Amino acid sequence: MTPLIVEVKGLGKSFGAQRVLQGIDFKVEQSQVVVIIGPSGSGKSTFLRCLNGLETAEEGSIRICGHAVLENGRIIDDAKLNQVRTDVGMVFQSFNLFPHLTVLGNVTIGPRKLRGLSAGDAEAAARKLLDKVGLAHKADAYPATLSGGQKQRVAIARALAMEPQVMLFDEPTSALDPELVGEVLQVMQALAGEGMTMLIVTHEMGFARDVADTVVVMDQGGIIEMGAPAQIFSAPREARTRSFLQAVLAKEPSA
Amino acid sequence: MALDFSPVWQGWQALAAGTLITVEVTAASLGLGCILGLLVGVGRLSPQRRLVYGICTAYLTFIRGTPLLVQLFLLFFGLPQFGILLPAFLCGVLGLGIYSGAYVSEIVRGSIQSIDKGQMEAARSLGMSYRMAMLKVILPQAFVRMIPPLGNEFIALIKNSALVSLLTIGDVMHEGEKIISVSYRSLEVYLAIAFIYLVLTSTTTLILRRVEQSLRANGRV
Repeated sequence: MTPLIVEVKGLGKSFGAQRVLQGIDFKVEQSQVVVIIGPSGSGKSTFLRCLNGLETAEEGSIRICGHAVLENGRIIDDAKLNQVRTDVGMVFQSFNLFPHLTVLGNVTIGPRKLRGLSAGDAEAAARKLLDKVGLAHKADAYPATLSGGQKQRVAIARALAMEPQVMLFDEPTSALDPELVGEVLQVMQALAGEGMTMLIVTHEMGFARDVADTVVVMDQGGIIEMGAPAQIFSAPREARTRSFLQAVLAKEPSA
Repeated sequence: MALDFSPVWQGWQALAAGTLITVEVTAASLGLGCILGLLVGVGRLSPQRRLVYGICTAYLTFIRGTPLLVQLFLLFFGLPQFGILLPAFLCGVLGLGIYSGAYVSEIVRGSIQSIDKGQMEAARSLGMSYRMAMLKVILPQAFVRMIPPLGNEFIALIKNSALVSLLTIGDVMHEGEKIISVSYRSLEVYLAIAFIYLVLTSTTTLILRRVEQSLRANGRV
């Protein structure tokens, strides 16, 4: 049996009176690519952010890469959480590159400060990763001089530099101009091809269909349906899935 | 009545020595103010540490709510009642430093809060502790944003330093008043003192502008 990378049981969270996650059960196996879709406000991003402890949930438990993050509604202490996060890569909608560091600085800071790599080793590894995302020539540039697509590819390299066991993507292409979406998706697709375990919150239905092993549909803080992309896109069981897909796919003539 | 600047020319050595003391007092209290300001500013950002937050807030409230002159007199005339007799220069530096630290702390806090919260999230997601993220990611960016308001604070400090003349410190103000007491040329001497302060503040402005420009040119902001 393939090892479980993510295991979530009964995850619940409220913002004040509003319940944003209502008892989610969820598993991801190694090398699985899971795409999470659903209408805005359905709790997709909150769910993803709970997995590495950026958000705290009050109910349930989360295990990721063999570490407990949440145990019966109690989040583990900060020092342990830092340890867990070195195994869990995260990519944000707004890139969040460090503007005071060069591209190379962005990619090497994690390995140098947290994995104890020497400057030379970290730099060599970073250059390989930058080459992989097609940005070796931008190593000495500052983030301000990059396009959105380039920034996001650097952000992916920065996360990969920690050699994570799983990568979380929170709407990685939503802040990009349409013509720049492709270059980021290509990098992600290549990563999936290498066997990286990935959880991706996205509105890119084409990507979900082509790359995902499993598509998860969320609405109102719960998972309403999950399955292989072929099943979700061509024969959704739930009426809510159908109406959501109709609404998004109507905007995509190529779909 | 004609202006007669001859007492100023005759006393130039005393004024120059006083100017040097003014610069020394200001520079030393600036250092103290920045250190205090950094600690208090960062301390007030973690409300979960209630004691730290409470102490920092009490400090801020007292310092900003009472006159600097009263604070200086408390140190210089008040502490000796407890047998704590500090040298005048130290009192001046402590008083000014503690005073400006309160204002610097608000500058520090504001600059840190102006950094997008995605920066902290990205740093924490890599696995950095709060402290490391603050030191390696947030503060280097916040520092650049602190420079213009810090410049204003430095200038205020240079001007406020005139008050230490009342603690028997021989700063430029004090030396000027000694000249007045023998020459009775108040207008001329005070004009000269004003001019000296103007030179000090303008130079500071100029230097800080250069620093800011070079940081911006490097694409660091």
